Amino acid sequence: MTDFLLELLSEEIPARMQAKARADLERLFTAQMAEAGLTAGDITVWSTPRRLALIASDLPAQTEAVSEEAKGPPEGAPDQAIDGFCRKNGVTRDQLEVRDVKGRPTYFAVINKPGRDTRDVLAEAIPAIIKAFPWPKSMRWGDASLSTESLRWVRPLSGIVALLGDELVPCEIDGLTSGYDTVGHRFHHAKASFVSSEVERPAAENDPNMSRLGSTGTAPGRITIGNAGDYAEKLRACHVLVDHEERQNIIREGAAKAASDAGLVLVEDEGLVVENAGLTEWPVPLLGAFDPAFLDVPEEVIQLTARVNQKYFVCKYPPNAQHGEADRAQRGGGATPPSAVPAATSPSLRDREEKLAPNFVCTANIDASDGGKAIVAGNEKVLAARLSDAKFFWELDQKTRLEDHAKKLSNIVFHEKLGTVADKVERVAKLAEWLVSLEGNGFYQPSPGDTFHGEVSEAARLCKADLVTEMVGEFPELQGLMGGYYAEKEGKSQAIANAIRDHYKPVGQGDEVPTDPVTVAVSLADKLDTVTKFFEIGELPTGSKDPFALRRAVIAISRLILENEIRLPLWPILAGQIVLRDGSSEYYSIAKQKFWSRSRKEIEDDYQWDQPHNAYPEPLESLPALVGQLMDFFADRLKVQQREAGVRHDLIDAVFALGGEDDLVRLLARVKALQAFVETTDGVNLLAGYKRASNILKKEGAGAPHSMRSSEGEEATSGQGSASSAEHKPLSYTPEKAEKALIDALDAAQPDVTAAIAAEQFEQAMTALAALRGPIDQFFEDVTVNDEDKAKREARLALLARFRNAVHQVADFSQIEG
Amino acid sequence: MSDKKPLSFQQIILKLHQYWGDRGCAILQPYDMEMGAGTFHPATTLRALGPDPWNAAFAQPCRRPTDGRYGENPNRLQHYYQYQVVLKPSPPDIQQLYLDSLVAIGIDPMLHDIRFVEDDWESPTLGAWGLGWEVWCDGMEVTQFTYFQQMGGFDCKPVAGELTYGLERLAMYIQGVDSVYDLDYNGAGMTYGDIFLENEKQMSEWNFEVANTESLFDLFNKAAAECENCLDRSLPIPAYEQAIKASHVFNLLQARGVISVQERASYMGRVRDLAKGSCEAYMEKNGWAA
Repeated sequence: MTDFLLELLSEEIPARMQAKARADLERLFTAQMAEAGLTAGDITVWSTPRRLALIASDLPAQTEAVSEEAKGPPEGAPDQAIDGFCRKNGVTRDQLEVRDVKGRPTYFAVINKPGRDTRDVLAEAIPAIIKAFPWPKSMRWGDASLSTESLRWVRPLSGIVALLGDELVPCEIDGLTSGYDTVGHRFHHAKASFVSSEVERPAAENDPNMSRLGSTGTAPGRITIGNAGDYAEKLRACHVLVDHEERQNIIREGAAKAASDAGLVLVEDEGLVVENAGLTEWPVPLLGAFDPAFLDVPEEVIQLTARVNQKYFVCKYPPNAQHGEADRAQRGGGATPPSAVPAATSPSLRDREEKLAPNFVCTANIDASDGGKAIVAGNEKVLAARLSDAKFFWELDQKTRLEDHAKKLSNIVFHEKLGTVADKVERVAKLAEWLVSLEGNGFYQPSPGDTFHGEVSEAARLCKADLVTEMVGEFPELQGLMGGYYAEKEGKSQAIANAIRDHYKPVGQGDEVPTDPVTVAVSLADKLDTVTKFFEIGELPTGSKDPFALRRAVIAISRLILENEIRLPLWPILAGQIVLRDGSSEYYSIAKQKFWSRSRKEIEDDYQWDQPHNAYPEPLESLPALVGQLMDFFADRLKVQQREAGVRHDLIDAVFALGGEDDLVRLLARVKALQAFVETTDGVNLLAGYKRASNILKKEGAGAPHSMRSSEGEEATSGQGSASSAEHKPLSYTPEKAEKALIDALDAAQPDVTAAIAAEQFEQAMTALAALRGPIDQFFEDVTVNDEDKAKREARLALLARFRNAVHQVADFSQIEG
Repeated sequence: MSDKKPLSFQQIILKLHQYWGDRGCAILQPYDMEMGAGTFHPATTLRALGPDPWNAAFAQPCRRPTDGRYGENPNRLQHYYQYQVVLKPSPPDIQQLYLDSLVAIGIDPMLHDIRFVEDDWESPTLGAWGLGWEVWCDGMEVTQFTYFQQMGGFDCKPVAGELTYGLERLAMYIQGVDSVYDLDYNGAGMTYGDIFLENEKQMSEWNFEVANTESLFDLFNKAAAECENCLDRSLPIPAYEQAIKASHVFNLLQARGVISVQERASYMGRVRDLAKGSCEAYMEKNGWAA
């Protein structure tokens, strides 16, 4: 059993690609070994910016010998067939064995494959792994690139170390041969010192890695590796820590220590730890400082500038620290302090206990000869330049009021088919204003003279203004946040500033849902508009593609509505938003009068879809279908979103199928009551009775299957009007006892169900329904529906239909599983 | 830095000339046309095409009208210098050659943190892309390092390595000054500001406020037409010059703020077609297959 070492040396591999590269190397290696019938003990993979390494322990010296048999033609078969079989299996005729197969002597070829040297297997596997390596982006280079067929790698591949035990695994790919030697740290382990500031043209050397342009005096020193066992240590001696986790630990702990030595707390950032480990072979965290005057700029901006552009960690003051104390310790590396500016800065806009300190931690790749002073000084200068850009943007943006920034939104195309961002903003504002004006909407009921409605209006009209600011141009991820800051600076109310800042929320599953009513209104209106408008132009999510994040937007809408208990009729709102077009007053009055201020039923009964409206060049015939599509999309997302909470998807369908329920809060309350009910014995039995009734009705063709969105369902849901007026005819015969009992039970239950639903007392509605369980069971027991007497048969079918409709007041039970 | 007086701006250029000249590069003089980057120089773009080896180095003035700041920003200029090295095919020790060139201009890599940070390059205008890095010195980007993979829509066969040093940044770093205008230009009392500050002021004003947009639109169309005229006559080099000209005029129009977002894409598309057409004609003229 022997250990195997593979190192693939290259020019700097992008940090972000290294984790996947390690996993790919292990996967490809394991697959190659498995194909040869080899199994390694442990497999370790490491990466640095310049190398990928794999150590496989305990590989056997040889693969196992295998013996395979192949069944051939029977004895006496034509020579041609037998010879063909021999050829195919690489045996001669006298090597064939004859065995009995079901009483028939048959030829067999026995092929013995001797074990192969593992070294030979590896020598073939290595080029195969390199060729198959799935880099996200790869390139050609050097002389070989005269052909486009030349080897591709993430950056030029310059060396292969492949050792099985102490022995070389000889292999070659595209002119590159495996060997024992690699290189150490780029600067710590160079042949000649870099200290000289003059590089003379050196004498030509016979090194294949040097170009015809003339090799240099500072060529990397080569290191000879003995075997897998000494690899990591030999590299360590040459200032390379090949284990990425070790480097990550050094950065994580070193950065924290650099901060705490200065009396500060590091702002942890695991992404930065990994990235810096992917950029260094010998990481050395160093503390630097910046001018505290930059702390006027919002913390998020400083942090982003440091992180994104420079890959620096930032630091905070410890809780309750006296800033003066920490300031004394803030210098790192003994570099020259920046111009002395008092640490007193304006308080952070969002009051935080722990404030950002004017310090950062960078990660160098060398143990510098001066202890890092020059490196820190250089990095401080770069950060200062970046921060002065940020400060410049911060101050410049504030010279223009948000409302003036917002005017420029008419120059920004939101989507080529959907007009400008200014159009969108106007639609969002109109919708937000409408949402908060709805009766009993659950937002907030302002008292007379309250500024709430005005704040909603203003926040909605300013919510996208920061998109044209310099700062958001530089850091798009600061959208919203910057608008919030600028609103505060302008003296807008806190509610407006919060709404501008948070109206993109909730962004993901884990993101908090806003609760401030102004924010909720703007956020809801913005997302409702986005989803509606993209559906309108046919940009629907398909499969894994959702370029406009509409699924996420609908989940966010559901969460905003449900967690804040916002009451709104989705159907008319979605329809009105489509009709709203660019938000201009002409369309607005139609959206408001014909859609928003009506219920779905009123719209459907009243609107003349096929008539051209004077405001619209073409009639709105396709609108109901479009809104239906949107409602289905909402139902789908709601099911996904509620799955985790244990809400049954079939019950959501059952309530949605009524067609009239478009208030998500009421819908979910109904679903939850229904779920509790159908899990009781009464529920189970009532469902069974329902299905039986439904089957009979279907078979008899009496009353088509309950239409998903029929007005019948609408009536049932709205709880207004009787669900059975048509069937309430006096009987022409004396009903049987069970029949009479069911009629009485329905007479009694129906008003109760209707009243309970109207009062949104869904558990009561279920209880009222449960009273039908006994009578329906008894009815099926005792009464023949399909009576010879036509009058009886029709009356009983009508009774069953009445029963079904009564149940449908609560939900479409045909959607319920089980 | 070493104890010695740091190199002046012109000494940095001379050192780089010496260094790359010693290593077999043809030292060229700047191209006599306005261009946005050294990559536009025919010694880069056109010479990156085809199989012939090519090693050249030159300083190239770059013009980016929209980056002008009237001489008021210490880091941003509408006219600055790049030092450009093109090595084709890319030599196996190209990184080492580059690092030694930094030592040659006074950067000690045991004192300063030099890093190769992923930065892929793409120029839609030239139909070109490559992989490489931005080279950091103590966190500052000092060089763009690219292995060209495609140019003018053609695969590079072989691949050229391109090094683009930001000369002002490097010099500010080496000399330890905070404003580009304070750079020691010649080691004899002349600063960068003495030479270029007034230029920046006047050119910014012209770029942003004065340039006659009507004649610029006219120039653009004329350059485009002349490029096509050259292409019709199988003259790829003059055609390419007209493409460079069109590209610069477009940049001026941008600075004047007279090109809308929608128009922008269409103008860029026109410049791209001219540049790609020139590359195509260059390949054809030399009898090289794609």
